[in-house]
Amino acid sequence: MKKIGSSLVFSLLLPIQVMAADLTVSAAASLTNAFKEMAPVFEKQNPGTKVLLNFASSGSLLQQIIKGAPVDVFASADQETMSQAEQAGCVKNGDQKIFASNQLVVIIPKGSKQNPTGLSDLTKSQYQKIAIGLPASVPVGRYTKLALEKKNLWGVLESKMISAQSVRQALDYVARGEVDAGFVYSTDAVILPNEVTQAFVVPVDLPILYPIAPINGSPNNILANKFVAFVVSPQGREILSSHGFGKP
Amino acid sequence: MDEAWIALRLTLKVAGVATAINVILGVGVAYLFARKHFFGKNVADAILTLPMVMPPTVLGYYLLVLLGKNGPIGYFLKKYFDINLIFTWQGAVIAASIVSFPLVFKAARAAFESLEPQYEQAARVLGVSDIAIFFRVTLPLAWRGILAGVLLSFARSAGEFGATLMVAGSIPGKTQTLSIAVYEAVQAGQDEMANFLVLLTSVVCITVLLVSGKLAPGRVASGVHDHG
Repeated sequence: MKKIGSSLVFSLLLPIQVMAADLTVSAAASLTNAFKEMAPVFEKQNPGTKVLLNFASSGSLLQQIIKGAPVDVFASADQETMSQAEQAGCVKNGDQKIFASNQLVVIIPKGSKQNPTGLSDLTKSQYQKIAIGLPASVPVGRYTKLALEKKNLWGVLESKMISAQSVRQALDYVARGEVDAGFVYSTDAVILPNEVTQAFVVPVDLPILYPIAPINGSPNNILANKFVAFVVSPQGREILSSHGFGKP
Repeated sequence: MDEAWIALRLTLKVAGVATAINVILGVGVAYLFARKHFFGKNVADAILTLPMVMPPTVLGYYLLVLLGKNGPIGYFLKKYFDINLIFTWQGAVIAASIVSFPLVFKAARAAFESLEPQYEQAARVLGVSDIAIFFRVTLPLAWRGILAGVLLSFARSAGEFGATLMVAGSIPGKTQTLSIAVYEAVQAGQDEMANFLVLLTSVVCITVLLVSGKLAPGRVASGVHDHG
C-alpha cells in the first residue's frame, strides 16, 4: 500500500519537473498548422527533444512570458508584439529573426450571396457582423484596424465588429456563418476551403512579418537557438510555404 | 474605468435574468421531482444535473452548435421569429442559466423532499386547493433551502466565463461581462484595468455572501447539503 502511495505521489510530481530536453514554444495562433508539422521534424533531428507547442494570440502569449511563464521560444505574428517583448527584456535586442510573411484578407461564409470587393463594401447593410481579432492583443486585429483607419472606415465599421480572442476564432465565426465577413490571414482562409471564401486581399502599409526569437534567460538556450535556426532554414521555410506563408 | 462599470451592470443584468429564469424553472421542476414519480426520472435528473459537472466549454460548444445560424434551434428561431441569440446578451443569459440551473434545482428538490408531509395533508383536509397549498404552505416552509440554491446560482451566473465567451463573444457594452473583461484586460497587458475589475468583482462576491448571510442566517453556507 505504501509503495502504491509513494509511486502515486511520484507520478503526480512528474509533470512538474521539466525534462532538460523539453522545449516550450509559444507561437501565434496563425502558425498552428505549420508549427504542428515542424515540431516532429525537429524532434526527429534532435533525438530526446520534446517540443511543447503553446498557441494563442501573440498579445496573450507575450503577457504570459512577461508574467514569467517558462517559455523558450516566442514566435509572434507582428513586429509590434516582438518589440514589446524586447522592451520588457524578455528577448535580447538583435536576437529576433523574421521567418515568414502573410497577407490580410477579408473572408465570407461559403455560399454568401454577394462578394465584397473592397473595404468600403463592408459598410453596406448586408454586412451586419464582421469578425475581427481583438486589436489590443491580436495582431490581425491591429493590422485590420490600421487598414480601416487609413480609409477612414474604422469609425463607421466599429459597431459591426465582433471581436475574437485569436485569428482562429475569427475564422471559426465566419465558417459557422455567425458573422457576415471576417478579417484573417490568407493562410487561415485556406484551412477551411469548404466553409469560407476569400473575398479580397486588404492592402496594408506595413508588411505582415513574423519574427521569432529565443527567450532571454531560457535554461534551454542552446536548444531554443537550434529551433529558431530550424524555422528559418530551407526545410522550415518549405513547411511554412506549404501552409501558404510567404518569404520574409 | 467606465468600461468596468458597464461590464458590472451587464453582469448583474445577465445574472439577474438567468437567476429569475432558474427560480421559476428550477423550483417548478424540483417540485415535480420531489412529489411525482414518473418513468425515466433518474435519467432526467442526471441530464438536468449535467451542466454542473460538464466543462463550460463543452456546454458552450453544444449551445453554439444548437443555437447558431445553422443549428436546429438557431435556424428555427431565425426563420420564424427572426431571433438571433449568438453574440447577444440574451445568449449570455441562456448560457448562464443552463450552467447554474442545477444549483437551484438540487437545492429546491432537497428542500421539498425534507418537508414533513403532515402540513400539506392538513391543508388538503381543510379543503385548500393544490396551488394554494404550494404557495401558502410548501414554499414558505422550503424557502430557506431554495434561497441558498438561488444565491449560489446568482453567483455562478455572474462568474460564468467559458460557455458565455463561446456563445455571446466579448462585445464591450453588449456581452462583455466582468469575468470576460478581466480575461481580456490580462491578455492585453492592461494590468491597471485588470486590478480594478478584479477588485470590483471581489466586492460583488462578498456583497452576495453578506446579503445571503443576512437573508438566511446560518443556513446558506450549508444549505445545499443540510436540509434537516
